[in-house]
Amino acid sequence: MRDLKAGKITQAVEELVRRASFILRKDVLSVMKKAYRAEKNIRSRNILKAILDNAEFARKENLAICQDTGMPVIFAYLGQDVRIRGDFKKAVNRGIASGYKKYSLRNSIVQDPLLRGKPGFSPCIIHTEIVPGNKLKLILLPKGFGCENKSRLKMFNPTAGINQIKEFIAGAVKDAGPDACPPYVVGVGIGGSADYSAVLAKEALLLDISKRPSKLEGLLLKMINKTGIGPMGLGGKTTALAVKVLTSPTHIAGLPVSVNISCHALRSAEVVL
Amino acid sequence: MKIINTPLSAAEIGSLKAGEEVFLNGIIYTARDQAHKRIVNSLGKGRGKGRGKGREIPFNLKGAVVYYCGPTQTPKGRIIGSCGPTTSSRMDAFTVPLLRKGLKGMIGKGSRSPEVRAAIKKYRAVYFVTYAGCGALLSRYVKSARKIAYHDLGPEAVMELKVENFPLVVAIDSLGNDIYERG
Repeated sequence: MRDLKAGKITQAVEELVRRASFILRKDVLSVMKKAYRAEKNIRSRNILKAILDNAEFARKENLAICQDTGMPVIFAYLGQDVRIRGDFKKAVNRGIASGYKKYSLRNSIVQDPLLRGKPGFSPCIIHTEIVPGNKLKLILLPKGFGCENKSRLKMFNPTAGINQIKEFIAGAVKDAGPDACPPYVVGVGIGGSADYSAVLAKEALLLDISKRPSKLEGLLLKMINKTGIGPMGLGGKTTALAVKVLTSPTHIAGLPVSVNISCHALRSAEVVL
Repeated sequence: MKIINTPLSAAEIGSLKAGEEVFLNGIIYTARDQAHKRIVNSLGKGRGKGRGKGREIPFNLKGAVVYYCGPTQTPKGRIIGSCGPTTSSRMDAFTVPLLRKGLKGMIGKGSRSPEVRAAIKKYRAVYFVTYAGCGALLSRYVKSARKIAYHDLGPEAVMELKVENFPLVVAIDSLGNDIYERG
């Protein structure tokens, strides 16, 4: 057993808030630069340039990349040999709240989804997985809600063909159209259960998008980029920067598919304690 | 590149063509979901005469330009934090009554409903989009900012912004031409 003080977790989360909100992910930046060089449509090129300039300005000036500093989502991979001294959930939420306040981010969280009320900074969503080892890995994904609103879940029949599934995924992007800040990164979760496929779709957004895509991911990306939505929805061939798919065992009676779209400001940061 | 000023004149609005890029100077007001809901609920009650505190219409709608934006908190030493546009379609349900009352310009991101497009044409208004997801960059074009109403809404409070060379693309012009209309 290794002891880990809750206060350390709070500190680490606060730092994740800063890194995720101010510094665009390396892989996103490199794929964006590639897209900028490849884009022929002049207006689309200018928009990709603005996105790159924005990332640079945000990093230099310690400003949020986007004013929607998201619904903070924490993926926690907790080693089974770690004993947390203190309250884990409270420690994470304390780090979120103090980080968002300290770095002048946006208070976008309302306590009651129906009554709404004055927004605050927390709580965040925490997905925890127990893993072997004596370390705690934390990943923060502050998810903007313009794109979160475009999420889709469909329970397919187990006999459904791959083309139906591809149509559904590309259809989710077409429905999002120009609204959710393209060029998108499209997270897909296939299999599991209704709820688990949705978590997988979001977790897929944590994968390195500069890595070589799988065959399915490559085909989906081609299909999506043929829609011609383009940066800001003003045309061009860069509708999505990447598609990332995670799969999981599922039931003989079903085939859940979830899509979680991210805007171009795909932000996340991780730390291992 | 064309520079336009608020309040937008009828001639200026008439000269704008969908797809055109322009720079905006002058005063704009931030308003998003909850502010729209309140303003529309207050319509008909008159400015400053709304029922209950904080429920009056916070600015003169005649000729006004609204910006669908909820900025971050303002970092020390800055005029405003990150301040990009939010998804316009969420405001569609509240937009027609505002246009009827004289609203002339809207700034946001993404497409609008056919009803809003028709009302923009009917009332000779204009809908702009700006660089979405580039809130840090856009903060450079804001020269002053102050909260003027609905403070209890936090980032959704109505702010008066003075902007200079704020970059826009005309998305729906006063003739109803729409860059996002397909087929």
